[in-house]
Amino acid sequence: MRFVDEFREPELIAKATQEIRRLTDSERLYRLMEVCGGHTHAIYRFGLKDLLPPNIELIHGPGCPVCVLPMGRIDDGLSMTDDREVIFTAFGDMMRVPGTHGSPLEYKARGADVRIVYSPADALKLAQANPDRHVMFFAIGFETTAPSTALTLTRARALGIRNFSVFCNHVTIIPAIRAILDSPDMRLDAFIGPGHVSTVIGCRPYEWIARHENKPIVVSGFEPLDMLESIVMLLRQLRDGRAEVENQYKRVVPWEGNRAALKAMAEVFQLRPYFEWRGMGFISQSALRLRDSYADFDAEQRFRIPGIRVTDPKAAQCGEVLKGVLKPAQCKLFGNECTPENPVGALMVSSEGSCAAYYNYEHRKAALTGLTALTMPAQAI
Amino acid sequence: MCLAIPGKIVELLPERENLALVEVSGVRRKIDVGLLDDDPAKAGDWVLIHVGFAMSKISERDAADQMRILAMLGEDEAAMQEIEGYGLGDSEPRPSEPRPLGSG
Repeated sequence: MRFVDEFREPELIAKATQEIRRLTDSERLYRLMEVCGGHTHAIYRFGLKDLLPPNIELIHGPGCPVCVLPMGRIDDGLSMTDDREVIFTAFGDMMRVPGTHGSPLEYKARGADVRIVYSPADALKLAQANPDRHVMFFAIGFETTAPSTALTLTRARALGIRNFSVFCNHVTIIPAIRAILDSPDMRLDAFIGPGHVSTVIGCRPYEWIARHENKPIVVSGFEPLDMLESIVMLLRQLRDGRAEVENQYKRVVPWEGNRAALKAMAEVFQLRPYFEWRGMGFISQSALRLRDSYADFDAEQRFRIPGIRVTDPKAAQCGEVLKGVLKPAQCKLFGNECTPENPVGALMVSSEGSCAAYYNYEHRKAALTGLTALTMPAQAI
Repeated sequence: MCLAIPGKIVELLPERENLALVEVSGVRRKIDVGLLDDDPAKAGDWVLIHVGFAMSKISERDAADQMRILAMLGEDEAAMQEIEGYGLGDSEPRPSEPRPLGSG
């Protein structure tokens, strides 16, 4: 119960954990997946696992956009810096992510014009300020960031700007959930639905999970109490044999989502037939590209993109960890070849990735108390 | 990117449509409120911000909760760095050091 002192409402936390124990059938195992990387980070940070009965297993989903981006796409994006007219812009999260020949930051050190922006709107601003250069924005993220890229592009077009383009790597969360559910070794019982993604897409897109896959899903906030309440709601559904979409995060997430944001996305983007996810392979209709009406702003149309494919290292078992078949520490590379400082696999790349979160909180804690060899069998090899 | 930053709309700016001055923990920056078109932003509203765009309106209490969550997750510094990095309306985004990997 590490972080209980920090909880604002300890008596409510105690009540929720009590209710979780009451609802849990000790004879069975409960496998709950939190889809969002923010939830994964929070679960480790707050030590929520310590509050749950041992037969509730939290499995960390694919909701970390930096993690699931294939290395080949980073290489493709960086290839545009061969053209010295190009200013490569991306969020800070991307800057240390390794490509085959180095990260964006290492390209910068070698002379490429690589700049951090905190908003796609700033990339556009940079294009306006540098009319003799071409500003390329390396867009990543789920539906939390895609509407901002979309609105920026509509503004660029309205302003008649010619020296701005987007290398679009936006992905959508629903097909990734579908891919996990379709996988033969899938063993999930229910989902903790993403919080801020759902402010955009709303709750309706999850209905098929309940209706056709017969799995409960509860859209959840990020407070420890939010997540415990969501688990209570999931356990109640499982106990009653129900499978519904419920919204624990009503105070922030409207059932219909943000219509203006969805409209901006629909105006600018269309679904790609398929897209590669690191650790998961190709998933159909899982990513966005610019519509032909925005071809002038599409970096993939304006530049000769090599279309590099880098196979995930065979020894890294990211896919199995994503599907909940393996825990992070059970991967052969975990903590040895693959660390947050030197990531080999996708899930070690960002602090929202499950392996990095596990490493930063659990592994370091275990190492500090000298229990590494006992608790991390993969480490003993 | 999963976690939004809470802020308060100080005023809507006349220089461009959908541009607003927002305050986050005492820091004021310009953000875009064009994604709130269904329920337009006005001065005094609290909003959740993702990458320079207000994405939804929230209550003051939820804004305080969200800030606390960012602090508890150790993401508050990265969030403030993001806010300070917004360069809309400046001549050019302010140069800044890269954030630690994965922050935000």
